[in-house]
Amino acid sequence: MEGVSKLKQNQKLKNSLWRSIKKDWQLYALIGLPVIYLIIFKYVPMIGNIIAFRRFIPGGNIFGEQWVGLQYFKMFLNDPTFYNVFANTFILAFLLLVITFPAPIIFALLLNELKNRMFKRFVQTASYLPHFFSVVVVAGMVFELLALNGPVNSLLAGIGFDKISFMQLPEWFRTIFVSVDLWQTLGWGAILYLAALTGINQELYEAARIDGANRWKQTIYITIPGILPTIVVLLILNIGNFLQIGFEKVLLLYNPLTYETADVIATYVYRVGLESGSFSYGTAIGLFESIIGLVLVLGANYLSRRITDNSLW
Amino acid sequence: MKESWQYKIFKVFNVAVLLLVVFITLFPFVNIVAQSFSSEAYINAGEVSLWPKGFNIETYKVIMSDEVFWLNYKNTVVYTIVGTLISLILSTMIAYPLSKTRLKGRKFLTLFFVFTMFFNGGLIPNYVLVTSLGLGNSIWAIVLPNAISVFNMLIMRTFFENIPDELEEAAIMDGSSTFGILFRIVLPLSKPIIATMFLFYAVTHWNSWFQAFIYFTEKDLFPVSIYLRNMIKGAEATVGTGATSADNLVQISANIKSVTMVLTVIPILMVYPYIQKYFVSGVMLGSVKG
Repeated sequence: MEGVSKLKQNQKLKNSLWRSIKKDWQLYALIGLPVIYLIIFKYVPMIGNIIAFRRFIPGGNIFGEQWVGLQYFKMFLNDPTFYNVFANTFILAFLLLVITFPAPIIFALLLNELKNRMFKRFVQTASYLPHFFSVVVVAGMVFELLALNGPVNSLLAGIGFDKISFMQLPEWFRTIFVSVDLWQTLGWGAILYLAALTGINQELYEAARIDGANRWKQTIYITIPGILPTIVVLLILNIGNFLQIGFEKVLLLYNPLTYETADVIATYVYRVGLESGSFSYGTAIGLFESIIGLVLVLGANYLSRRITDNSLW
Repeated sequence: MKESWQYKIFKVFNVAVLLLVVFITLFPFVNIVAQSFSSEAYINAGEVSLWPKGFNIETYKVIMSDEVFWLNYKNTVVYTIVGTLISLILSTMIAYPLSKTRLKGRKFLTLFFVFTMFFNGGLIPNYVLVTSLGLGNSIWAIVLPNAISVFNMLIMRTFFENIPDELEEAAIMDGSSTFGILFRIVLPLSKPIIATMFLFYAVTHWNSWFQAFIYFTEKDLFPVSIYLRNMIKGAEATVGTGATSADNLVQISANIKSVTMVLTVIPILMVYPYIQKYFVSGVMLGSVKG
């Protein structure tokens, strides 16, 4: 009996979907092309990851020639460079999370204290600008600024220090990378927080003032809780992208002398896969990285829903 | 309401900090502009900071007369226009249907798109796909693989959702089809979001380099970003035509780099005043509802 009614229900569902497609065929027609696009350019490469388990021959089948099981995964687990790039990735990602994630929040709070609208707009306008420069231009600026005869070294020499060949020293790479990232994202990152700040009910502040709360207390008890949902959502997104630390920027800024601290999983995949032609091996490492990323975003979202009631979905 | 002395001190400190931020933000750019107008001797002596020294515009003339540079610059313009149009059309085609709550399968379709934000094929499978499709050394290799930004699409969808249903209902009464509604009612009302998306995509396409870097081997197809990339990575051989002899090149290289950078960002700077307004409101629109 139950089976029959289920069948009926299924039939009904099919019918209603069919009716809806018939009625709104134009909407479905619109979305058809993008869906095909997505299958070809996003989902096929996802399936293409299968070459991490199969031997791939350049120019051959894009899904590889024969099964080799976990051979390529074993290969990177025995690869000393892998551990180095893995550690580098985590260290850089961690530095970015503790430095470039909170910085825009603080920046937005400071901007929010400005009463002069002209000045506020001026600061904002200036701070967004680096976001629109291409990474290539940004890398070019970094090389020029940190050149042996560039402004930074002139300043160092001026106050009695030795000149430093920043771009050639592994111990400087992380500082440079994080600073560049901070420089490029500070203003842009603050936009969403500023939007959240304007959404806070002004009456709350008045009530607090009547109760004798000063600016600091108002910030702690009203402003910060007010933007907390935004902070949480952006934090989840950040954690999801934890390992994606500006691959293009690293590729432009590093060189063999700084591999020791600068080489990350993505750049290693690039060199192993595209430069040396070990496609399957590179894919295996890349897949490993993507899966960590996916697990991180799902985990962060789950935790956030449990703890704070905020989640991406 | 009297302000405490602590708050007054904070305000002074705050303005000072923000001014410092502005200075640090703008310095690298101003410095590059100053270098581009300076003579190499002053640059090498480390004397150029905010103002040009030993003013010269020779390098601008040299670069402007470099055929390779112009060819690459023209390529970037073409790639940006074609890429932006494709991105804009595809995004609208997804965002509009997904903004209709009556659309069956809407949730599934949304998930189908959003999933690609969190998981993707990775560098090598993408490379294998694009080259297997025979797209290498063609404009399609750079405009197609990343044509849709799901994030932008979601912002657009939110905008469409906020257009009052009554308008569309009235049009249906008048016998308008879905396409009719889209073209005659929705799109004319959506100028702000279309402008935002146009600028978002145009800036992304203008700035892109990596796709061209891995898929292009023919120098005639390079966008200007690759020209610049080769220059800053030290492969100066790319600038080898006419007026720039090898000796000259070594001598003026810091200068050449800064001139190229300035010329590369000029279009961005030209649209920036317009971009600013739209970008901010665009991002805010998207942030109101996820």
